[in-house]
Order: sequence, then C-alpha cells, then structure tokens
Amino acid sequence: MDTLNLAQWVFDSLTGTGLLWLAWMALASPQLIRAIVIFVAFGLLMALTWVRLDAVDIALAEVAIGAGLTGALLLAALAKLTAAQTEISKSDHRPRDGRAVRALRQLPAVLMFLVAAGLVYSVLSLPPVSSGLSVEVDANLGTSGVENPVTAVLLNFRGYDTLLEIFVLLLALLGVWSLGGLPPQRVAPAGPVLHTLAVVLTPVLILLAAYFLWAGVKGPGGAFQAGATLGAAGVLLQLAGWRPGPGFARVHWRLILVAGPALFILVALFTIVAGRHLLEYAPEHAGTLILLLESGATLSIGLTLAGLFFGERPDDGYDNDN
Amino acid sequence: MTPSDYIAVPLLVSGVMFFLAGSAGLLRFPDVYTRLHALTKSDNVGLGLIVAGLVVEADSWFVVGKLLFIWLLVLLAGASVANLITKGAMQRGTRMWTR
Repeated sequence: MDTLNLAQWVFDSLTGTGLLWLAWMALASPQLIRAIVIFVAFGLLMALTWVRLDAVDIALAEVAIGAGLTGALLLAALAKLTAAQTEISKSDHRPRDGRAVRALRQLPAVLMFLVAAGLVYSVLSLPPVSSGLSVEVDANLGTSGVENPVTAVLLNFRGYDTLLEIFVLLLALLGVWSLGGLPPQRVAPAGPVLHTLAVVLTPVLILLAAYFLWAGVKGPGGAFQAGATLGAAGVLLQLAGWRPGPGFARVHWRLILVAGPALFILVALFTIVAGRHLLEYAPEHAGTLILLLESGATLSIGLTLAGLFFGERPDDGYDNDN
Repeated sequence: MTPSDYIAVPLLVSGVMFFLAGSAGLLRFPDVYTRLHALTKSDNVGLGLIVAGLVVEADSWFVVGKLLFIWLLVLLAGASVANLITKGAMQRGTRMWTR
C-alpha cells in the first residue's frame, strides 16, 4: 500500500467511524439541544463523505438542507417546544402518559427498524460491481438539454420524481400551517451585529442561489441547493426580526409557494398534449424548459423552507388584527 | 515539488496548526468565552492561511476569487456568530472564568 492509499484509507476509516459515532451520540443524547448540535455536526461530516465519494451535488444538498436548514428547523422547534412546556406546567394540566401513549412511542422505533432492515437488504442484494444506469445516462445526455448528468436525471429522465418531491415539500408546509401556530412569542430585538449580518448576507445569498441555479446546468448545483440558499436567507431575515407584510403574506407568498409545482404541472400537461410522455421534452426545448422549471422550483423551495422555519401561517397575526 | 509547492505547503501546514490549536482550546478551555476566543482564531487565521496556500496552487483567477470569497464569508459569519453566542451567554448570566 503506497502512502496516498494509506492516507485515503485512514481518512475513510475516520469519517466512517466518525459518522457512526455521531449518529449514536445524536440518538442517545438525553439533552435535545445537544442532540441537535451533534446532528448538525453529523450532517457536515456526511457532506464531507459525499465529497470524498465524488458526489458533490449530494454534498451540497446535504450541507444546505440536511445540516443547515434542518438544524435551524430543529432548533426552532425546540424553542417552541420549551415555550409550550412552560405554558403546560404553568396551567398545571400535565396529562399523565398512559400505557397506550408509551406503547405508541415505540412505534417510530419499530418503523425505523423495518426501514433500516429493508435498506440493509437492498444494499446487500446489489451486485458487487455495477456501473448502474450511468452508461444510459451518459449516452442520452446530449438530448437532455443540460450537461450535468445529475440535473439531467432529476429534471429530465426522472422529472416526475422531482415533481413529486416539490409537492411533498408543499404538503409539509400545508401540514404545519393546518396545525396552527403557538401564540406569538416575545422575541428579543436583533442587535446591531445580527441586523448588519442579515443586511449584508441576504443579497449575497440571493446571488448565490442564482449562481447555484445557473451552475446546475453544467456542474454541481440546481434547484434544491439554490432553494435551500434562498431559504437560508429567509431564516436569517426572520432571525433579524423581519416579518412579511400583510400583502406579501396573503398573496405573494402563496403565489410563489405554488409557482414551482404549478409550472411543473403545466409543463407536464403540455408534454402530454403535444403527444409525448409525461415530462418528456422535445430535445430542442429541453434546456429552456429545465431552466424554467428549476427557476420556479427554486423560488417555491426557498419560500417553503423559510415558511417551515416561520412555523405558523404568515398572515395569522394580520387576521386577528382585522 | 514544484516551486509553488514550497510556498503553499508551509502556509497549509501553519493553517492546520491553527486549527489544531483552536480544537485543543475548544476542548480544554474553561468557559464559553475563552473557547470562542480559541475557535475564532482557527476560523479566521487558520482558514486564511489554508486559503492562501490554496490560492498559490490555484489554476485560474476565478478559483482564486471563489477561495477569497469563501474566506470573507467565513470571517463575516464567524465574527458575527461569536458575538451572538457571547451576547446570549452574557444575557443568561454565564460567569466569566477567573483563576
């Protein structure tokens, strides 16, 4: 074994065991805040592992959505949970956990175990050496309208997967909205540092999102990475105390939320009417259509993620005022 | 080794030393304020040295620009977050460590 191989072997062993160790620490931690911080560290190490595996697209998505936005969502959820628990203990209405509730708590563990078993089974039943579908993808890349094979698969060859993913995100937000929010909490005003950070970083993040969107045509990047960057800008603005105005919350926010899914459905219908399969583009229009779909998806994903962090329906406060 | 390596390797190695020192400080220093002090040094200077080492080896000006941009963003985020954590700790009344 030469030095380079040895160094790679040491690096891979460290990241592999580090991932398992962090995953266990996050699960076993009795303190939720600690578990969240370790989960974010896990996401960062996972992204590093994806880079090592030459999967830069997944690394970007993992670090932006897995570590960044999910971490922010978990922290926001923890803050609301703490506030809600204080309310409950104040009102002295603490319900005792019955046997059924405790049994129900085991259910996610059982489900996760089944999923894990299925994953292990499918990984073990894979052929040991296989090029997968990359040969077919490379052969058809010329007709896809883009040069990045990942974007070609996500937006062209398997466009309906992405269509469904966009709808899953929208459904998640609708679920959060239909649960109703907590009574608005008193938030400490943002200091000058946070304010300046938001003012400086928001335009940079918007520019970065546009870059990710554009870069996805040729290399790593695309709608999810760009959307996550936009979502991060939304999170930062909210942390700095920005709230959507009534007009924006009632009309524009909702319109942008459905813009991505609606564009997808329109293009899908258009391809069917034109006598092709669902989301099968004519090669000469493929590039334009993919850029159109990704632009809509980026805006929708960004505002969906920002909305998830926001928690309650953005126009709740204004309804009460009227 | 090419001539540029003779400039890049010392820069990268000293950057790594800053990160090692920062990690040791994060693990060993007694309170949140001193730990942040150690951490921000590796974020700012350590990453700066590593970026400088990579800039020497970069193929194009575009890559140089991207590397410097990353360093600037980390400087901005690191300094701001350190300030926010310190402010939060002081608001909670976390005492500063004294000998």
